[in-house]
Amino acid sequence: MSSETGKILTTDGIPLEVSLKKAERKNKIKAFLLVAPLLLFLLITYIFPIGDMLMRSVDDKMVTEMLPKTFKSMEKWDGNEIPPEEVFEAFYIDFQKLVEEKRDGKLSTQLNYTKNGFKSILKKLRRKAKNFEEGNYKEQIMSVHKRWADVEYWRAIKRRAPAFTSAKYLKGMDMYKNEEGEIVSVEEDRRIHRVLWLRTLEIAFFVTLLCFLMAYPIAHLLATLPMKYSNLLMICVLLPFWTSLLVRTASWMILLQQQGVVNDFFVMIGLVADDNRPEMMYNKTGTYVAMTQILLPFMVLPLYSVMKTISPSLMRAGKSLGGTPFITFWKVYFPLTIPGIGAGCLLVFILAIGYYITPALVGGASGTLISNQIAFHMKSTLDWSFASAMGLMLLAGVLAIYWVYNKLVGIDNIKLG
Amino acid sequence: MALPKYTEPHYRIWHYVYIFICTCVFFFLIAPLFVIFPLSFNAEEFLSFSEGMKNLDPDAFSLRWYKDMIYGTKNPWGLAAKNSFIIAIFATLGSVLLGTVAALGLSSRHMPYKGLIMATLISPMIVPLIISGVAIFFFMAKAGLAATHTGIVLAHIILGTPFVVITVTATLSGFDHSVTRAASSLGSDPVNTFMKITLPLILPGVISGGLFAFVTSFDEVVVVLFLAGLENTTIPIQMWTGLREQLSPTILAVATCLIILSTLILVTAELLRRRSERLRGINR
Repeated sequence: MSSETGKILTTDGIPLEVSLKKAERKNKIKAFLLVAPLLLFLLITYIFPIGDMLMRSVDDKMVTEMLPKTFKSMEKWDGNEIPPEEVFEAFYIDFQKLVEEKRDGKLSTQLNYTKNGFKSILKKLRRKAKNFEEGNYKEQIMSVHKRWADVEYWRAIKRRAPAFTSAKYLKGMDMYKNEEGEIVSVEEDRRIHRVLWLRTLEIAFFVTLLCFLMAYPIAHLLATLPMKYSNLLMICVLLPFWTSLLVRTASWMILLQQQGVVNDFFVMIGLVADDNRPEMMYNKTGTYVAMTQILLPFMVLPLYSVMKTISPSLMRAGKSLGGTPFITFWKVYFPLTIPGIGAGCLLVFILAIGYYITPALVGGASGTLISNQIAFHMKSTLDWSFASAMGLMLLAGVLAIYWVYNKLVGIDNIKLG
Repeated sequence: MALPKYTEPHYRIWHYVYIFICTCVFFFLIAPLFVIFPLSFNAEEFLSFSEGMKNLDPDAFSLRWYKDMIYGTKNPWGLAAKNSFIIAIFATLGSVLLGTVAALGLSSRHMPYKGLIMATLISPMIVPLIISGVAIFFFMAKAGLAATHTGIVLAHIILGTPFVVITVTATLSGFDHSVTRAASSLGSDPVNTFMKITLPLILPGVISGGLFAFVTSFDEVVVVLFLAGLENTTIPIQMWTGLREQLSPTILAVATCLIILSTLILVTAELLRRRSERLRGINR
């Protein structure tokens, strides 16, 4: 039966290949259906809202919707000289509509962002526009205030035409678009965000380095000690890991305060004078110390799990071939631990770069990070689109590291506990 | 770690330096937690050791902050603890349910786009909490779930599922699928097979994932800060406000209770891990 077609048939007479493919597809759908509920849930409640953040961060429809006719008539205007009559007429109609709806205040705030001086001339226009006669709006508007005859102001209006803006992202990097449309930096003493980005990177980098330097020896000790001792010492790593972040931060606040245990100890051993206790909290020092201790377990665990797999006979072989303990360590042991180092460092760096709670509590003004700035704009200034823009800039950085992590370590190799 | 007799002096010194460094690091890791215990029994209103405490004077110690924590009239700890437990329990149930089912699918060798889907499911663990907080807040505000328990539970399910997915997939990686096939060939339907065969075998992984989800929810403050109203206050929120505004020793009493809770969770997690390794035949 099968020899005729050259195909192997199943008992139902269907070619085996087709039947197998069908079964495979069924299995694929089955597997996918199991994942689907969680995937759908995350897409709706988490992934799409992140997309929503993106929309908010570039959204600039407000002015676009307030002056629809003006922007339409401005399409043909080249921006070199005072716009033609039809633009003035369109602007007058748009503006009168806004005045009726009592939305002209919003417009003046928005336009004032783009160029200073709009507030007063719009106010004046609102007063005078009541008595405008039909026709020749150009003359009438220009006679309200001399700035209406200034082409700069009309160009400023035109700049607000697009429904999307990169202004929030530029602001996040302390830059803005000037009147010629060039991207320039703000004055040196007002570059607060760049300082924050650099500080976030700096703190994340040094916390990672400190964690690595401290975790390597103890991970090595844990991996080489006999089981019954290392299990006991492992508790020292795991207990902080399972303890509430706020509890650990609280204990650092008690330790580092001016009348705290660490300062008491320094005074006792005579390192500092009692009336000259150093500030160790509400500055960078506090952030460094607390974050290092809190993130240390995340470095120890991956290092430990890699070191555990390295056979001690390799070190013995190295020594028997004439290497000193240092050379053997450097040439044999250390290279074998690099996967663990990579995993630990990337994990700690990712966690450190987005840290919020600990810097907010022990960091003071000089030890806060970019996350604190995002929270500040979410809660205090309510500039949600700016908070979204900053959040997405941070997210882009983290995702880049996440991608590297995934390539190097593999996301399914994350070990917990 | 005893050194052989023939070790040269400078390596001997280096060895002791190494042990000393390790001791210091372990001390740095664990010591901060132990500062909280004695101070929570402070009879005075300060967060530093009084002279009496240094001299071990029994009058300098008292349970007043524990009493304040439980009976204090102005204290929101009762409500906070109730909310925290309710939210954490429901969030854990949700995370375990969704996470385990998803892990079963992910562990199937037929799963298409495994890497991409895994990366998506794990992402709430990797994305900085502040960004998750903003995104989830936007969603909950639109859905009308801000300042409700439901909203916070959903948010914590988002944050908790990655842990369940990771632990359960890890358990399933050593799972012998022939036992489920054997069950099917004996006439068991898939649900029955799962309940009777698969679930008991992967239970340690499921429970330890659940513990992670529980701790994540119980300790979570960033997202709750965006979502919670006065009615939904939780223990972490109360600690956060306490640490920012008035540092009172009552916080230390609460912190001590939390440390005891986390010790219990640690012991459970360790026992489960060992049991799971035994079940999977990993002998160490």
